[in-house]
Amino acid sequence: MRNVGINMLKPQTRSTIITYAIVIGAFLVVTVLDGLGLISNSLTGQLVPICAYVSLAVSLNLVVGVSGELSLGHAGFMSVGAFTGVVAAGCLAHMGVENELLLFAGSAVVGAAAAGIIGFLVGIPVMRLRGDYLAIVTLAFGEIIKNLLNIFYVGVDDSGLHFSLTDSASLGMSQGTILINGPKGAVGIDKVSTFVIGVVLVLITVAVVLNLMHSRDGRAIMAVRDNRIAAESVGINTTKYRLMAFTVASALAGAAGVLYAMNYSTIVPSQFDFNQSILILVYVVLGGMGNISGSIISAAFLTVLPEVLRPINNYRMLLYAIVLILVMVVPHTKIYQRIADAVRSRFRKEGAAPEAAAAETGGEAHE
Amino acid sequence: MSKFSDFAARRREGTKMVPVPSVSIMPERDLGKSPALECLHLGIDFGGLKAVDDFNITVGRTEICGLIGPNGAGKTTVFNLLTKVYQPTRGTIMVDGHDTAGLDPARVNRLGVARTFQNIRLFNTLTVEENVAVGLHNQHHCGMATSILRLPHHWKSEAYYHERALELLDIFDMSGLADHEAGSLPYGAQRRLEIVRALATNPKLLLLDEPAAGMNPSETAELMENIVKIRDQFQIAIMLIEHDMNLVMNICEGICVLNFGKIIAKGTPEEIQQNDAVIEAYLGKQKEADA
Repeated sequence: MRNVGINMLKPQTRSTIITYAIVIGAFLVVTVLDGLGLISNSLTGQLVPICAYVSLAVSLNLVVGVSGELSLGHAGFMSVGAFTGVVAAGCLAHMGVENELLLFAGSAVVGAAAAGIIGFLVGIPVMRLRGDYLAIVTLAFGEIIKNLLNIFYVGVDDSGLHFSLTDSASLGMSQGTILINGPKGAVGIDKVSTFVIGVVLVLITVAVVLNLMHSRDGRAIMAVRDNRIAAESVGINTTKYRLMAFTVASALAGAAGVLYAMNYSTIVPSQFDFNQSILILVYVVLGGMGNISGSIISAAFLTVLPEVLRPINNYRMLLYAIVLILVMVVPHTKIYQRIADAVRSRFRKEGAAPEAAAAETGGEAHE
Repeated sequence: MSKFSDFAARRREGTKMVPVPSVSIMPERDLGKSPALECLHLGIDFGGLKAVDDFNITVGRTEICGLIGPNGAGKTTVFNLLTKVYQPTRGTIMVDGHDTAGLDPARVNRLGVARTFQNIRLFNTLTVEENVAVGLHNQHHCGMATSILRLPHHWKSEAYYHERALELLDIFDMSGLADHEAGSLPYGAQRRLEIVRALATNPKLLLLDEPAAGMNPSETAELMENIVKIRDQFQIAIMLIEHDMNLVMNICEGICVLNFGKIIAKGTPEEIQQNDAVIEAYLGKQKEADA
């Protein structure tokens, strides 16, 4: 009977509380386990990427689930954030900022802003399209961004920033540091990302997405998704709201990209390719479109899975694929549905642990 | 030549020019105010087909106007023209004295035209209250940043949407369903919700596309009362497409009959019932029926 209170809340409020609870709960559990030394080294190394992927999945869910547009270029916006974040961090470091938190916050804001602006500019032509066409064009933009970053050379010295599109020599710098070195990517990054920063970023991302969803503009975005013609008939500018979701999601992906980049000393543009975009999309689809807590769980689960399977190195990607297929197929089987119904009705009767029910129905549930 | 001199002769006699009553009719109480809707020679072609042609109508500010006609006459096409789902090939649409040329459906709505759909179009995954709140979208503003940061204005806006939505839902006694998912409502309730959502946009002209479709006689009777109630309470013009002649003849003040994209008759319910062209359009010619 302990959850009678939470069951009396509106479904919307309840799912919001559950979503935050999952993030904070996972953070506490991991911190405690880490303190007890129960987490392997390889897994500890995955904590920041997990946070980055969770943020990416949640932000992509804003486009795919909430706004209902299939975007295949999310890694592109992630890379814009990552590389501008690295440049910002390099500048800040050059200006003598030592505080790691300040360094990260500054880069994250710059990365998010840059990715948001690029997302907005890309969105203007892209949002004229729908469905498959939109997916194809976003895919193309993701590739364009990746290839543009391949020829970008940026350095910083006492006289300021230097850009070049040919090679690092043409930056014309005698001293200072090269921040982005074309296809070799960003080198010598300050590794300031930590698990705590990652969780904070996840919480910010979740808060932005959920607050947007449950507001005037969010309702408009979802109305356009549910029925575009009806939304227009009640005076909603459909392009504006699709563009809004796309831009906000891009900005959040940029911030997640900064988190991801600053966990490594080197990142290269080819990391942010089509496969990366698909990977993020898989998290969203698996967690359920429009289901934020589902995205969080599936992104974390699927990032950890390859690490857990590392002992059976030769077969791990095979197993990973099998797990993916099973997760997609099983919820549609009769047996699973019967069990899920039984579990759900039982939980409802006892008024207990809606988290379990939410996780159970993650595949189909809608926020 | 002779005609021309005839005109000149009359003018020489000092004829006083007076405004000529237009071919359209509207309720006497609405005279002196700009009509809610005025269409002049409205038409649209689909390829070589003139789906609607030379459509002229004037709807008074508080008139309930019926648009009837056999299946495929072009009634819904007229609604789609009025709401700019289709851009007209020719003609003018004036809403409350404003030309709507070049506007998109969202702008036309902001000008004061709201509608329901023949095949219900609700925001199915949103709740009933949220559906109405989306209708209230342009009645109250709250920026994205304000919402994301949950500033005080956001909560004030949400309170406004909540109160106003429940108020509007009360018209149809639906405030008890506020938290239900719109897609899960029974058919009749979905139709009513569409009307409430349209009303939420604070229209001057409400277009109802077959509001009584699929309703039983007692539900239809209730709907008729409600349509009149909405008109009285909100003081708006209502134009409706309906096949239920009982409803049309009982509540409509002016009726316009459409067949093959053209207006074949306009008038009061009594006039329409007597009109030969209308009877022919619905029942066919007497001779053909005999043959």
